[in-house]
Amino acid sequence: MEEQYIKHRYEPIIPSKEEWPVVKLARERKEFVKKVAELAESRILSLTGNNPDILKEELETTLYREKLRIKQNPWAVDPDDEREFWSEVKAALLQVTTESHASKAKKMEAYQEILGKITSRYAEEIASNFKASHYKFTRSVVTYGFSRLLNAARVKGFKSIFSNQYTLQDKIQITGQTDQIRDLATKGTIVMVPTHFSNLDSILIGWIISVLGMPPFIYGAGLNLFNISIFAYFMNALGAYKVDRRKKNLMYLETLKTYSKEAIQFGCHSLFFPGGTRSRSGMIESKLKLGLLSTAIEAQRANFQNGINDVSGKIFIVPVTINYHFVLEAPGLIQDYLSITGQERYYKENDEFSTSYKISKFLVKFFTKGSDISVSVGRAMDVMGNFVDADGNSLDKRGRIIDTRDYFLSEGKVTVDPQREEEYTHMLGKRIVEEFHKINRVFSSHLVAFVGFELIKAKNPKLDLFDLIRLPEEDIVIPYEEFKNACQMVLDQIFELKKKGLIDTAPHIERSMDEIIHHGLDNVGMYHAKRPLIRDKEGNIVTEDISLLYFYHNRLHGYALEKLF
Amino acid sequence: MPWRNSSKPKLVGVVGVGSFGAAIANMLAEKNPVMVYARKEETVSEINNSHTAAGRDLNPGIVATSSPEELCKACEILFFMIPSAGFMEVVKNFAPHLHPYHLIIHGTKGLSLNLPGGESLETVKSLRRSQILTMSEVILQETVAVRVGCLAGPNIAKELSLGHPAATVIASKYNEVILEGQRLLRSEKFQVYGNSDIVGVELSGVLKNIIAIAAGALAGLGLGENAKGLLISRGMVEMVHLSKALGGSVQSVIGLAGVGDLVTTCNSVDSRNFTVGYRLAKGETLDQILETMEEVAEGINTVRIIDAFLKTAGIRAPITESLHRVLFEGSSIEEALQFLMKFPFSVDIDFV
Repeated sequence: MEEQYIKHRYEPIIPSKEEWPVVKLARERKEFVKKVAELAESRILSLTGNNPDILKEELETTLYREKLRIKQNPWAVDPDDEREFWSEVKAALLQVTTESHASKAKKMEAYQEILGKITSRYAEEIASNFKASHYKFTRSVVTYGFSRLLNAARVKGFKSIFSNQYTLQDKIQITGQTDQIRDLATKGTIVMVPTHFSNLDSILIGWIISVLGMPPFIYGAGLNLFNISIFAYFMNALGAYKVDRRKKNLMYLETLKTYSKEAIQFGCHSLFFPGGTRSRSGMIESKLKLGLLSTAIEAQRANFQNGINDVSGKIFIVPVTINYHFVLEAPGLIQDYLSITGQERYYKENDEFSTSYKISKFLVKFFTKGSDISVSVGRAMDVMGNFVDADGNSLDKRGRIIDTRDYFLSEGKVTVDPQREEEYTHMLGKRIVEEFHKINRVFSSHLVAFVGFELIKAKNPKLDLFDLIRLPEEDIVIPYEEFKNACQMVLDQIFELKKKGLIDTAPHIERSMDEIIHHGLDNVGMYHAKRPLIRDKEGNIVTEDISLLYFYHNRLHGYALEKLF
Repeated sequence: MPWRNSSKPKLVGVVGVGSFGAAIANMLAEKNPVMVYARKEETVSEINNSHTAAGRDLNPGIVATSSPEELCKACEILFFMIPSAGFMEVVKNFAPHLHPYHLIIHGTKGLSLNLPGGESLETVKSLRRSQILTMSEVILQETVAVRVGCLAGPNIAKELSLGHPAATVIASKYNEVILEGQRLLRSEKFQVYGNSDIVGVELSGVLKNIIAIAAGALAGLGLGENAKGLLISRGMVEMVHLSKALGGSVQSVIGLAGVGDLVTTCNSVDSRNFTVGYRLAKGETLDQILETMEEVAEGINTVRIIDAFLKTAGIRAPITESLHRVLFEGSSIEEALQFLMKFPFSVDIDFV
């Protein structure tokens, strides 16, 4: 009983490119950047309580950190005039401080001018350089390139490179509330929040959005990716704005948040990876980075403040999970995770074979072997985590229509309360994590990895994680029958959870247990030099890399399944 | 016409007119018009006609209703002042009429259970934290209201109605809820503190009821002040550990809602929980005591829930455990006391 996936390409919801919010934004780029800079400036002023001393301190901190960054961590993408700019800031600051006779108001004015220069510079740097023509080109390169490779792989023979027998959609399955997201994208503004396991995710999501017929979403991409000019081209084409993780000063962060908030208010659909970075442990994100998420709530409140109370001003949060049998970067990620959590308890054994493959090699392998990816689109929610109906109305748990605006009211008026919105952001973060777990699809490979690791753990009850991963791999042997029984036990519980709507499964998991295990072992981390789980010649289950096994096992973390052992 | 609405101050709602509910309604009525909710029609007409509730005097400005809908429409801020046993049901009745703009502050010092259908405390094998709900968690689970707070502290209703000086803690994750509570309740005789650790403050109020029963028992046995000092101090340590295990912070337990309330309740012959312990020590059984009590002693139910949680979580809390044996397992007070005196407490304070 294989499930039907979405295999057709959807009609675009907005046929005319000129009408795409991201195109409109690109057309008004100059004014938009100016507006962001000004708004960021006034936000920082209010954060510093309009106090010249505090503002001065913030300016000095920013200057100090920026000078340090330029010296210690320069990147190719950094503009040439950086040194010059910050020297000017320094000179200007010095001048104000030496004018001891100047009045408080005068000083404030001078500091404010410096602040304005900084936010303008940051806003300009963050802003995307979207060009519709580049977008179209990139999209066709991605689709064309991927499909050619795919056909070359699946249909034997050289000529097959020109065959259209298989399309990318056979490889990447899209499931879930796809109609809803398309529909709501024409009514309000979408903020998509996917799980993040691999660097492939942003390209993948970009492609999915275009398959679903939606105009491109804007998203924050790490500035480091723009170091490579070919990447920079693709990123710009996909509507990315730039996030520089080196800059942690108040002024930069506020400008970035303002940019995101204003873009949402402008009507640009956005994409946040709410985990902030790829999941190092392989677990579904449980703690989200709330900075950018808070901008969705702020934008929603601002729309209400501006009297946009109908669906056109509504912001919809759509969680998305991406499921892989295989994460290219897994060895590096799990090593990061173990050394961060284990500190002195973890030391990496030097092992050249466990390093990742090169991306090109991976792509060839990816298309020549059958490793599928599925993307599940969750139900849309309002910014408070309430589900919404077909018209975009928020519903409470009993299905009653409620007004999202009410969350921002006090004494009948929409009010700005940063502390309240901070709590709301926490709540939204929690709801997204909850939804991630519900729409997460269990693959055979997740099941076998989970069971494999838990059995090893159960056999060594006295060892903690860091002892476990140092067990000699050749000593670990799980008899097949025992493994199979444990798989059945876990799978039964997964189906129990599924009945309650707490998890989802891929169709291949409804085959016989022997087939599931076979499929799982074939697929789990299939391109790693050292496989997390295989069957040996006697038919027993063994591992070649227990850290990797732990990584893939973590995908089923958070469902209390380990209590079965 | 909106300008007319804004000039007229909104009503403040109070749900429940037991002794504490009535006292709070009266305090609120000093500054703002108040509407109270009572389930029984007789109580409603008693309040509206003779300005008393079960014989307690109410401010003549207070109006009463038996309709959750009317109360929710008239008020933006609601004080829920009902015993924990009926809390879930009342909240469910209110849920269809509540909107996200409502602010809710409750004053209930008890716990509720969230068990799968058909299960009860007797049948369930284990009790996890997720199955225990504080009252604010009940509100968050059952309604769309999110701006929720609680009221806790040494607030004996009788003394409040006499106008003696007192103070309370309003705890909420939202500053606006704390500020609103302070604005409505604060007076020359009543100080209001804020705390952002709502679960910790709720747990303080809940857990101190256990110690209050034990204090009553010591008094009933006539064991004197040394024993009481010992109990209060060990009781506080137990509260800290339990509160931490359930998600509260140490700070809240040593604040007004924790130690403050603990000392008051352990010295108060009017406290229902204290009375339960006192009468137990005088040789009555739990059933005999319950037959003659007008309002519920929250501590009894709390002991049962916490004891079940202890068994699941595998932690020890000697005072709670021995009370559970006395209340539900047929142990005598003397045996319990002996157990406590033999229990190997070794360190005085191990949590700061």
